[in-house]
Amino acid sequence: MNLWARLQELRRYPSALVGLAAVGLLILMSVYAVVRYPYSEAIRLWRAGELTWLEYPRNAAPRWFNWFGADLPETISVTHERAKALHAEDLGGGVRRRTLSFSCDFLNGGGFPKELALFYEATFTRTPPQAVLTWRTPDGREIPIGTQVLRGGGRYIISADAALVKRLGGRPPHEALFAHPAEPGKPLRGRYELLVDLFTFEPQSEAQLKLIVYGQVHGWAGTDNLRRDLSIALLWGAPIAMVFGMSAALILTLWYLFISAVATWYGGWVDALVDRLTELRMILPLLPILIMVGMFWSRSLWIMLAVLILYGVIGGSKNYRAMYLQTRSLPYVEAARAYGAGNFRIIVRYLVPRFLPLTIPAFINAIPGYVFLEASLAVLGLGDPVLPTWGKVIQEASGFLYMGSSYYYWILLPAALLFLTGVGFAMVGIALDRIFNPRLRAI
Amino acid sequence: MLENLRRLGTYAGVRGLLLFFTVIVAVWLIILIANMGGAMDKIIESQIREQVGAMMQNPDLQQLPEGERKKIYDQHVEVLRIQYGLDRPFIERAFRYLWNGITLNLGYAERIHSDTGSRQVRLILVERLPYTLLLWGTAQFLLFSTSVFIALILSRRYGSFVDRLVVMLAPTSAPPAWFYGIILILIFASLLKVLPYGGFIDPLAPPTFLGRALSVLKHMVLPVSSVIVGGIFATIYSWRTFFLIYSSEDYVELARAKGLSSRSIERRYILRPTLPPIVTSFAMMLIAVWMGGVITETVFSWPGLGRMLYNAIAQNDTPVIVGANVIYGYLLAMSVFVLDILYAALDPRVRIGAVGGQRL
Repeated sequence: MNLWARLQELRRYPSALVGLAAVGLLILMSVYAVVRYPYSEAIRLWRAGELTWLEYPRNAAPRWFNWFGADLPETISVTHERAKALHAEDLGGGVRRRTLSFSCDFLNGGGFPKELALFYEATFTRTPPQAVLTWRTPDGREIPIGTQVLRGGGRYIISADAALVKRLGGRPPHEALFAHPAEPGKPLRGRYELLVDLFTFEPQSEAQLKLIVYGQVHGWAGTDNLRRDLSIALLWGAPIAMVFGMSAALILTLWYLFISAVATWYGGWVDALVDRLTELRMILPLLPILIMVGMFWSRSLWIMLAVLILYGVIGGSKNYRAMYLQTRSLPYVEAARAYGAGNFRIIVRYLVPRFLPLTIPAFINAIPGYVFLEASLAVLGLGDPVLPTWGKVIQEASGFLYMGSSYYYWILLPAALLFLTGVGFAMVGIALDRIFNPRLRAI
Repeated sequence: MLENLRRLGTYAGVRGLLLFFTVIVAVWLIILIANMGGAMDKIIESQIREQVGAMMQNPDLQQLPEGERKKIYDQHVEVLRIQYGLDRPFIERAFRYLWNGITLNLGYAERIHSDTGSRQVRLILVERLPYTLLLWGTAQFLLFSTSVFIALILSRRYGSFVDRLVVMLAPTSAPPAWFYGIILILIFASLLKVLPYGGFIDPLAPPTFLGRALSVLKHMVLPVSSVIVGGIFATIYSWRTFFLIYSSEDYVELARAKGLSSRSIERRYILRPTLPPIVTSFAMMLIAVWMGGVITETVFSWPGLGRMLYNAIAQNDTPVIVGANVIYGYLLAMSVFVLDILYAALDPRVRIGAVGGQRL
């Protein structure tokens, strides 16, 4: 039966179809990740530090939490362009006063915003502009926030203003300003306004403002403690895991198939040497070696992959050796020798092809191990320093596990993707094993 | 018979020698990697200088004249250099590490010490051993015995609902134990708060034996469950398949045809010939017990050998790394050896003459 017909048999196994769907999803994810964020762009975003991510909420849950009745707010951003100019007057001597209204509709009853901040970008030569801020709630109350001197560019974190906290009775401003007057534990829904009296003291002086009401949910993946959008890491984790797992599995599977054929064909000292090397590999512990490489040399994923392959190519495989030992005296090999085929030709055209189909399940079954090996190293703190991978997200999140259930999203999503990869490939691999291994076929 | 014994003896001797040589090469490689071929010396040297430099900040020493201080500084650096063995070339030290390791003269740790304060590598390893044996012995034994037992039952009820369920669930063993460990910590420690996050014993446990034992047991539940959850279905699946293959052999069919009871068929015709592979997997399991799980122990803060090895690597304590790996290598080589001999002696299908002769 030819290869394609055998692969078609996968359709008979429902679990294999589920596994294939999972693998297909991961491949789609990988393609999307690479197209959406090119390699260098993904690394830049992930390593950019908090400055790039200032306008994102910290530790926000995924948006789909709201499907389960949570009704948590998303981030609302009101730019200068969207603010309404209420009033403008010239006070003489180059001093101007403008009144702006930054209004936002806060409609979620399930929670307060995470933070509240006003970003500004001011131009002046000697006297910086000033902003007098007043908060107006939907029910018409006006709460003075204070006066802010706008020196150059920066942000005024309203929710972290200690003086304001004191004036609001010790309550964090992002809760107190949004609280329902009758039920202080709940937010009041409706249109809030930040009234800004902007004073400029020089003719050329200007100021651009932006109000950000940080939400508790963001995107489909949420954000981490550095405000980074986790969707980048979750998306990019897919191609990294696939490339790492597949290349290691493919190279090593083919190597074992080939080197075992060479060793058994030549026999004698070649076979003995390869067999010794196989035993050497069995005695050398892989994980401690990779840990040492990570600690002392480099944590780069590609170096780890190279070390893993170098470790793997020490010797061959005892299983293939046993199979080749039986094959090399079979009549078709004898016949090849009789017509004068050279050693290389016999190995490549007669011995290896016989067992090539058997490597398909072996290849698929080897992938999850390597994918989880990468995650293992990351969990030990030896993840690649620049690449966003699932294991690294799990490692970063696991430190927050004891802080309560609001952090679970952070670990559950990468864990689910790792699980999907491992189980998906294993489902296909087990079915392939049953198709290609005649002894398992009947069972 | 005698001829066979003589052959077996020669085979065992040559195999033993070859495996011993393999262990030497393996340990040598570990030493080279652990020291990055000598590059680690520079790091240690700079750490020594920093340490002595910090000591020189002592006000008493600050008052001494410059030349005097330089002398004291150099003396201290030299003492530490000798203590770390940096006064000799790396190649020489590598051979010394190797010789000491192979002769099981494990020497003294450079940084790590045991709970009792000893720096002897042997004591450090021996102190961690019971923890690892307790955790992994329990977990692997439970995993092994339940899965073989269930597999035997399933192989009798081939195709039943439970059987198909197990086959379907076998892929869930692709993730390793630590992965399930994190999930179990999330559920039982963080969410339900019924079991501890990790560690070996609650420091506030009652001082009675029962109180302490219960506390240890409580700390063992999650790591043991993570090992079992992470391995149970694939293990059952592979044993079940294995038993099924053996129960479809011709001689089993013959025994059935003779009308033997299914119990005696199972005992005499299925279990008996499958004994060598069962012994193998049991032996491999014992080795796994020794090394434990570096990551699982780290995830659960379990004070066993795995976590100790991780700490030794983190602090670059070569004698401890070499010591742990030497013992691991020896145990693995020994079990490979014993298994080889057992196979050669017990399994008539492994013909010593042919296979062994070719290997020599």
